[in-house]
Amino acid sequence: MARLGDAPIGAAFLALAGAVLWHIRDFPPAPGQPYGPALFPGLIAAGLAVASVLLIASAFRSGRRAAAFSGNAGEGGDPGSAGLAGPAARRWLPFAATVATLIGYVAWVDRLGFIITAFLMLCVLFAAYRVRLAWIAPVAAVSTLVVHTAFYKLLKVPLPWGLLSGWVW
Amino acid sequence: MVFNLQTLVVMVLASLFGLFVGAVPGLTATMATALLVPITFFLPPIPAVAAMVTATAMAIFAGDIPGCLVRIPGTPASAAYVDETYRMTTKGYAETALGVSLVFSVIGGLFGTAVLILAAPALAAAALQFSSFEYFWLVLLGLTCAVFVSGDAPLKGMITLFLGLLLGCVGLENPAAHPRFTFDSPDLLSGVSLIPAMIGLFAVSEVLRFSLDANPLAAVSRQVGSVFRGMGAMIRRYPVQTLRGSSLGTVIGALPGAGADIAAWMSYAMSRRFSKEPEKFGTGHPEGLVEAGAANNSALAGAWIPALVFGIPGDSITAIVIGVLYMKNLNPGPTIFINNPSSIYAVFLLFIIANLLMLPLGWLCIKVASRLLRTPRNLLMPVILLFCVVGAFAINNSPFDLWILVAAGLIGWFLETHGFPIAPAILGMLLGTMLEEHFIRSMIKADGNLLAFVERPIAAGLAVLVLLVWSVSGWLGWRRGRAAPRG
Repeated sequence: MARLGDAPIGAAFLALAGAVLWHIRDFPPAPGQPYGPALFPGLIAAGLAVASVLLIASAFRSGRRAAAFSGNAGEGGDPGSAGLAGPAARRWLPFAATVATLIGYVAWVDRLGFIITAFLMLCVLFAAYRVRLAWIAPVAAVSTLVVHTAFYKLLKVPLPWGLLSGWVW
Repeated sequence: MVFNLQTLVVMVLASLFGLFVGAVPGLTATMATALLVPITFFLPPIPAVAAMVTATAMAIFAGDIPGCLVRIPGTPASAAYVDETYRMTTKGYAETALGVSLVFSVIGGLFGTAVLILAAPALAAAALQFSSFEYFWLVLLGLTCAVFVSGDAPLKGMITLFLGLLLGCVGLENPAAHPRFTFDSPDLLSGVSLIPAMIGLFAVSEVLRFSLDANPLAAVSRQVGSVFRGMGAMIRRYPVQTLRGSSLGTVIGALPGAGADIAAWMSYAMSRRFSKEPEKFGTGHPEGLVEAGAANNSALAGAWIPALVFGIPGDSITAIVIGVLYMKNLNPGPTIFINNPSSIYAVFLLFIIANLLMLPLGWLCIKVASRLLRTPRNLLMPVILLFCVVGAFAINNSPFDLWILVAAGLIGWFLETHGFPIAPAILGMLLGTMLEEHFIRSMIKADGNLLAFVERPIAAGLAVLVLLVWSVSGWLGWRRGRAAPRG
């Protein structure tokens, strides 16, 4: 997998520290005492900035300038244009499916209900992780029902029913 | 009082419950205690306390199991050495790792119990003398340890620690109750929820990493043999570590605010620093596991010391327990030893039984859990992801927590992929608020005089300790940095 080097990551953290320091300027002081709500975020951001600079410095000091920008210069290629066809895309597909199902679950669980959303989520993930086709639906159904029973029935977690609210059991 | 059918049945059921909760990532020992509260309504005092004591002891041990098998800590208290146990598993020593976890959990638990029984009043009296000045230094020491555990990348560990501290700043909990970094979102006013963030950083990121793995059926070799084999040799080989971990765990547990999690972190760091073979840490070496595994279980009993004697919770679990004690007319405080001694001794006895019960039941749990290894990982991982999502929701029943989970999962995956240890971020989130609170409280007391932080003898001692740790590790880091380019 293509990786970023320490230098750009350090730069990003340095920018974050700068943004925090900028943001806390308008924090009001605490009434009647010298140390207000801006003190700790300020100290932390300053620490983060120093550590980021040290990280960038050590990335450059480690010798190979190229390596500072790309974690694995040898492997080559940047992650964005690593080719949408071929093995790279096939390798990123399960990752994309994982992120997509996570976001999909959070976005739709209230409307569709836990049982439907979880079943769909598992089906998509099993398919993306290349589980044998015949296993996908049964394993997804059983896992969904087991998790539902454990959390909804035993641990009393109010998992939403959504579309199935007419058939609550 | 203890040896009646009801108490014993409750203890066995609570054990199974605790083992389940501990072994499922995202469910914590604290959550197990909270879930038991409605059940304790229907129980007499002693079985009620028995349920909580047993469930938490089992959960803290069982938290080691998923850490060892799939590199996801079952509870935060196992996070410190999750990499170590997982390395042991990949090397084929899964059962040794689990055996060490179990045996030294029991030893640590019994040690903590012994201290609870023998030295409770004296230890609690010492801890009670601590003021916000001492706590400030203690928390700072804990944060320093977070960078220690990050191993060979202290600079990157420091960066994730700062990120965690920044996340801990989010919300209203600060000197002026100013909504910091909430970006006008009402959900963020109470801060970033720790448990969903932890499940995201530790568990979701692991599933994401797996999804990029070329090999969906990761073959994990297994050592054939007994969980208990070689444990006698382990005890003989690491007696100092066992004693040190148990003692440190008990003390950390007894100090209010710090519980099993911090005990494990500090013990692991201490074990590494004092080890004759520190280079083996992080490669699947049992030494740190011995020490930290004993520490987190001894901290459980340690946390009861101030809880029973002074009604001050030693950790989040005993915070809930104290509420139940009041409900059951077992009001904690020094007088409970005079007014209700039989109940106190019953509680002591419960601790001993719970820890002894852990040997057979924990063994059973390991035997069942090791089947996880034979489950194809491409079937297991989606189900774990579902557990994560439901577990994150279960803590506060808040849909917003699910977004925290997703974000933390992506951040954790990115950081880990680029060699940043993620554990310090959790400790930063956990202790950041505490550090600020103690600092501000101290400053109000001292009227802004910074020298007050070193005027009290214990505070001054802790301050010297913190500075010592900082300068020694700074010097070691500098020396390593200078040696590296030449070597």
